[in-house]
Amino acid sequence: MLRGFLMFAIMFALLALVGFMQSWPLAFAILNLCLISAIMSLGVNIQWGYAGLLNVGVMGFVALGGLAGIVITMPPVTEAISAGGGGVLLALLVAAVTIGIVVLLYHRLSGKLRGIAITLILLAGAFAARAVFDPAVEAIEAVDSARTGFLGGLGLPAVVAWPVGGLFAAAAAWIIGKVSLGLRSDYLAIATLGISEIVIAMLKNEDWLTRGVKNVNGLPRPVPYEVDLQSAPWLIDLSERWGIPVVEMSSVAVKLCYAGLFTVVLLIVLSLSERALKSPWGRMMRAIRDNETAAEAMGKDVKARHLQVFVLGSAVLGIAGAMLTTLDGQFTPASYQPLRFTFLIWVMVIVGGSGNNWGAVLGGFVIWFFWVEAEPIGLWLMDVLTSGLAEDSALREHLLKSAAHMRLMTMGLILLLVLRFAPRGLIPERS
Amino acid sequence: MTFLLGQSMTGGYGGADILHDCTIGVERGEIAVVVGPNGAGKSTAMKAIFGMLSLREGTVTMDGEDITALAPQERVRKGMGFVPQTGNVFPSMSVEENLEMGAFIRDDDIRETMEQVYTLFPILREKRRQAAGELSGGQRQQVAVGRALMTRPGVLMLDEPTAGVSPIVMDELFDRIIEIARTGIAILMVEQNAKQALNIADKGYVLVQGRNRYTDTGATLLADPEVRRAFLGG
Amino acid sequence: MMDILNTLALLGNYLIVPGITYGCQLALGALGITLIYGILRFSNFAHGETMAFGTMTVILLTWAMQSVGISLGPLPTALLALPFGIAATVLLLLITDRYVYKFYRQQRSTPVIYLIASIGVMFLYNGLIRFVIGPDDRQFNDGTRFIMKAREFKEMTGLREGLAIKSSQGITLIVTILLVIALFWFLNRTRAGKSMRAYSDNEDLALLSGIDPDRVVMIAWILTAALATIAGTLYGLDKSFKPFTYLQILLPIFAAAIVGGLGSPVGAIAGGFVIAFSEVAVTFAYRKVFGYMGYEVDGLMQLLSTDYKFAVSFAILVIVLLVKPTGLFSGKSY
Ligand SMILES: Nc1ncnc2c1ncn2[C@@H]1O[C@H](COP(=O)(O)OP(=O)(O)OP(=O)(O)O)[C@@H](O)[C@H]1O
Ligand SMILES: [Mg+2]
Repeated sequence: MLRGFLMFAIMFALLALVGFMQSWPLAFAILNLCLISAIMSLGVNIQWGYAGLLNVGVMGFVALGGLAGIVITMPPVTEAISAGGGGVLLALLVAAVTIGIVVLLYHRLSGKLRGIAITLILLAGAFAARAVFDPAVEAIEAVDSARTGFLGGLGLPAVVAWPVGGLFAAAAAWIIGKVSLGLRSDYLAIATLGISEIVIAMLKNEDWLTRGVKNVNGLPRPVPYEVDLQSAPWLIDLSERWGIPVVEMSSVAVKLCYAGLFTVVLLIVLSLSERALKSPWGRMMRAIRDNETAAEAMGKDVKARHLQVFVLGSAVLGIAGAMLTTLDGQFTPASYQPLRFTFLIWVMVIVGGSGNNWGAVLGGFVIWFFWVEAEPIGLWLMDVLTSGLAEDSALREHLLKSAAHMRLMTMGLILLLVLRFAPRGLIPERS
Repeated sequence: MTFLLGQSMTGGYGGADILHDCTIGVERGEIAVVVGPNGAGKSTAMKAIFGMLSLREGTVTMDGEDITALAPQERVRKGMGFVPQTGNVFPSMSVEENLEMGAFIRDDDIRETMEQVYTLFPILREKRRQAAGELSGGQRQQVAVGRALMTRPGVLMLDEPTAGVSPIVMDELFDRIIEIARTGIAILMVEQNAKQALNIADKGYVLVQGRNRYTDTGATLLADPEVRRAFLGG
Repeated sequence: MMDILNTLALLGNYLIVPGITYGCQLALGALGITLIYGILRFSNFAHGETMAFGTMTVILLTWAMQSVGISLGPLPTALLALPFGIAATVLLLLITDRYVYKFYRQQRSTPVIYLIASIGVMFLYNGLIRFVIGPDDRQFNDGTRFIMKAREFKEMTGLREGLAIKSSQGITLIVTILLVIALFWFLNRTRAGKSMRAYSDNEDLALLSGIDPDRVVMIAWILTAALATIAGTLYGLDKSFKPFTYLQILLPIFAAAIVGGLGSPVGAIAGGFVIAFSEVAVTFAYRKVFGYMGYEVDGLMQLLSTDYKFAVSFAILVIVLLVKPTGLFSGKSY
């Protein structure tokens, strides 16, 4: 208990140090992403720590949450909707009907006939859907493509997008879980890896929905804008009194607002997770994790429980993903990289302490902090190490340029070292 | 002096002791049979003798030499062959490859031994190109025994070689085992089919909860009304 | 008649030749996954990066050779650098095993722990590669570009459709065939190879038979290093070397290994071709084919845009998981 408390204290001290040594806006920017990382880390901890499920597609669920950021908060593009909204809807309907028929056939028919019938129906459905879909998409993307070219969203407040992001991710998780749970644990890992790649491909290419690589900018915010604050008398007043430039002051103020909102979400997720972990449900989950065979023998429906916990964990990831888009104020599909959004979260959980929610949160903070700070530290280190070399030495230049990649190595090393020498993490699970 | 002897063995899998002061031995050319209810610790005793679990107390000696501290692989080199109760063949490998793997530690010519195994179990010669996993239960047991014989062991340990095998095949397997014993190999065998096994046994051990309950010649045990009532189903 | 021949040439050019090439590359990659799975019993997520590392060393050596004027004439210099690249990769994998996986072997850890360790290794390799060679695109194919150019084919046959075969494609096929023959000879004919199969089949019994687990594991890593380096280099010769793509190729490779049956070498090869051909066939635009058959259609007649080629691997993976989780050649599913 004391140990955890102390480590959080050190963590905040480090953040303050960044504030003093680098800048306060940076310190708060790091803090905000620490908070989001902590939520993601909680999501993975629910899956891995509680149940031993390996989700290697964290990125996909986070990105689906991010999608909710667009679909919920952006104002609708009425022109695009009238141009192709109906077509897209119809195409989705065709797809849904096709899948319905396939499921029906799967249960009614058997043998070779089934395979052939299903293939034919799928092909027909695919072509029919595309026949409606393609022109509709073309029409949508033609609408002022430099600025919109997509359907837009519902124009609701950003905070609504967060739970919806959770729902999106949960839906995807349910499908993946249905298919790959109950098989050996690696299969879930690979299936989730697959779905995350597909989600990203979709977000990059379905311009009618996400504008693809053109990105969606200017997502509505749940907090005031810096420019507005800069003309607010109370802020000018404060900045004069503390001797901090107005621009910096406004930036810190905005980040503080975000931090407040994120902290509330984090605390809600954390307290729910803690309650769940301590409930009979949580105890059962851990019993299953520790001895699946015995639990099964005792009549527990392991697969159903796993599905439950997998969906819940993914929902948390989706929430965090939506929050991230809101914080960024934009949606850039190309920014979703597996190393950053899947594997880094894993490092957070393992380092923090799998199975312990507080550990996961701490892991989120610590790892994000070092992920950001590894670059300046690495650069500084390289600078010192190569200071013996001539200013224009090619080796030195290469080393300095490559210092950015040091953090990948650092993360790998941290993961391996913790896994081996402190497999229970910074704040170990209470048994 | 007994050829292979597990003396006063006490130990288990790390938790509570499974074996308590259990003694089992066999002479060259003899068949010793261990019987007892499920969970009595028969397989555990075999594993203990073969070095697959470390004993807390007791010793294992072979031909007068203390081998208690040796790893299973080293015991194989010393001339022990073991056919475990489960997973005793390489299922995706052919019968012949199974035999080859049995002889893995040998550097000399193994063809003669393989020939002997094929003579002992003619069906294996017929099926020698077939994957062991595709054989019937009885054939698979023959592969398992054959594999263990490939090192030309001085002692052959069998854990329920007739599990899941029809009575006819069982009789045949027992005949083969007697044949093997005739060549001077010591046979230590755990059996579920206690009556038939004790019939061919020179020595019998009845194990209950990890302890020796009765130890005598096979014939005496078969004749003992108490043993018959409690362990041989009347 | 002409139309049929044209259709065939068209399909050959856009479906069959690329399908075979890609299939070879996936098969070699999947073999590496399946070998490690069979022996060490975990899904090696660092395999894509292993391929990238091997390719990187090959590229560096190629550059070194080029700078001193060594070349193979019409063949890419990379082929000459390959053995050295393999040696470097072997070294890397053995060091990794010694300092990472060996510990978990002694602990008899569950496969999941290995998997997570392999994620850490992936990070390490990834950083190492970017640190040494950077994240950019690299071309290192310096041999002749084509065995047959589309134009030559047209002139030769008088068809409207061309059929081009790049030398990298020819090399891929030949190297793969040779490598697979060598691998199967090793696994089925040599004592060491058989002991590996035995270990993969039944670890406990292999130990009882006196098979040395450390040796088996070492051979597995050596083979994996060779397969990964060759697969990665062939892929790089065919397309180009970009560290990021080797992370992405992980999915089709895993899909291939699972579709074939994890732990089954034959399965890995079959799976590689199943995935490759499905991917190519599903993302091919069939408009011209319809044209030659006498149906003028508008639209590309493409089932799925190439941006979604991962979805194909994934869909096949899902079907296999639903219908036959042990894969085509009955690997280990539990
Ligand atoms: N690997 C193991 N780890 C822990 N305990 C074990 C292990 N194997 C067996 N046991 C326990 O040891 C006891 C004896 O088991 P053993 O397999 O020796 O019985 P057995 O007499 O061979 O039974 P059977 O006739 O069913 O084969 C049992 O209570 C069993 O639960
Ligand atoms: Mg037993």
